[in-house]
Amino acid sequence: MADTRIWRPPALIESPALRHGLTLAVILYLVWSIGGLDIDWGRVSQGLPRAGRMFERMFPPNFERWELLVRGVVESLEMALVSSLVGMIIAVPIGLCAAGNMVPKPVYLAARAIIVVTRTFHEVIWALFFVKIVGFGPLAGVLTLIVASVSFISKMLAEDIENMNMGQVEAVRATGASFPKILLYAVTPQILPRYLGVAIYRLDANIRHSTVVGIVGGGGIGMTLTATFKRYDYDFSLAILLTIIALVFLGEFFSSWVRGRLR
Amino acid sequence: MLKITDLVKEYPNGLRALKGVTLTIADPGVVAVIGPSGAGKSTLIRCINRLVDPTSGRVVLDDMDVTALGRRDLRKARRRMGMIFQEYNLVERLTVMENVLSGRLGYVSFWQAWRRRYPPQDVAAAFDLLDRVGLDGRENTRADALSGGQRQRVGIARALMQRPDLLLVDEPTASLDPKTARQIMRILVELAHELGTPALVNIHDVHLAQSFADRVIGLCDGEVVFDGGPADLTAEALTAIYGEEDWSATIRPADEDDENGENAAVAEAV
Repeated sequence: MADTRIWRPPALIESPALRHGLTLAVILYLVWSIGGLDIDWGRVSQGLPRAGRMFERMFPPNFERWELLVRGVVESLEMALVSSLVGMIIAVPIGLCAAGNMVPKPVYLAARAIIVVTRTFHEVIWALFFVKIVGFGPLAGVLTLIVASVSFISKMLAEDIENMNMGQVEAVRATGASFPKILLYAVTPQILPRYLGVAIYRLDANIRHSTVVGIVGGGGIGMTLTATFKRYDYDFSLAILLTIIALVFLGEFFSSWVRGRLR
Repeated sequence: MLKITDLVKEYPNGLRALKGVTLTIADPGVVAVIGPSGAGKSTLIRCINRLVDPTSGRVVLDDMDVTALGRRDLRKARRRMGMIFQEYNLVERLTVMENVLSGRLGYVSFWQAWRRRYPPQDVAAAFDLLDRVGLDGRENTRADALSGGQRQRVGIARALMQRPDLLLVDEPTASLDPKTARQIMRILVELAHELGTPALVNIHDVHLAQSFADRVIGLCDGEVVFDGGPADLTAEALTAIYGEEDWSATIRPADEDDENGENAAVAEAV
């Protein structure tokens, strides 16, 4: 007689009524939300030729005003470098305090709160805020990128400290070492390579973001780009876009090269 | 002298790991603590240097009540107790020398530790210890490049760098193969006797405990159920510690020389 035993994996949601009900609800919501988008097909059809004309005027890219371009690129690079460096330094105490296994609960909560608040808002929102405070220009951009770098690096650092091998910490503690010495001897060696890797990655990210914060007035090549769009200098816009692509490529290569060598 | 009185540890989850342990270690020599997993062996050792804080009871080293110390004095007390771990717990990305010198962390300033400028007599002592545990010439090897047995040798050197009055040893051989385990135990026991340092050694392997310890303490379910010489470890005693089992193969005739035993086993295998 053939073996009639069958086996099926248990369903993710056990109750069939709930399972099929949820599927139906998701489908209904999709249909309803597509209906609510209110797509104006007339405007879509007008937009297509407009896009065509814009691309026509973009070619060939115009590098005549290269001095302006170079000045923007250098400013963006400077913004990225300064903000990465400052962010990297400020992130150390915050990241340490945000590691639940190293500090008392109140300190941990305070540091986590800082990270959550800074991460809540996108760079562009921080840039708008800083432009209001210190005015247009690279200072606003640098401040924005510092905030973003601090929250990113300190979060990664905190996670690394929480995941490190506590046995090594225990062993150093057992020698009678004080807290600063434990940090120096058991924590630092475990997290240093990852920390440097994250910081280098953040430098790469800051090069990209420095072009975005420029668009809302934070200085750098992004600011030059917005100006060309406003003046319909599309051929110069394309030149800037190509430069940004090259810049991001270089940043990417540099960052992965350095991180590959950190062990 | 180490005096433990009525030591109780209750973990936040309600687990009572130690239920009133009282014992005294007055003489230098190796005291093996045996007992089933979960009997409280690790907790006992960690309560002595307060890597785990006991719930109640007292731990007195010479005339210092370790359980009553504040943070600063506790660090000073820890300097007097060297600890050796099952998973070695070396700082993997540091060199062998840095790991051994970390035994002096309680004595040097933060800046000395930062710049790795230890006093010359400490460096000399570290070289001597590395020699003694058979790792001469390996001082600049990174700890993560060593084998398990080599790592534990570094662990022993690190603990002895503290020139401790007491060695706390937590399952030193549980991660090692049988031959390396015997070598490590031999080094440990020889050094403990040579330096006159009492050592409290948690150990799973009853055979190893019998071969190397001067005294055996049996812990079961957070209580001391046996305390005697290695020869007193009879089938009844083992049953009291671990529960019912056929112990005839585990118990070693008291007069058997373990070195010869080892060689005989090798000869048989060949």
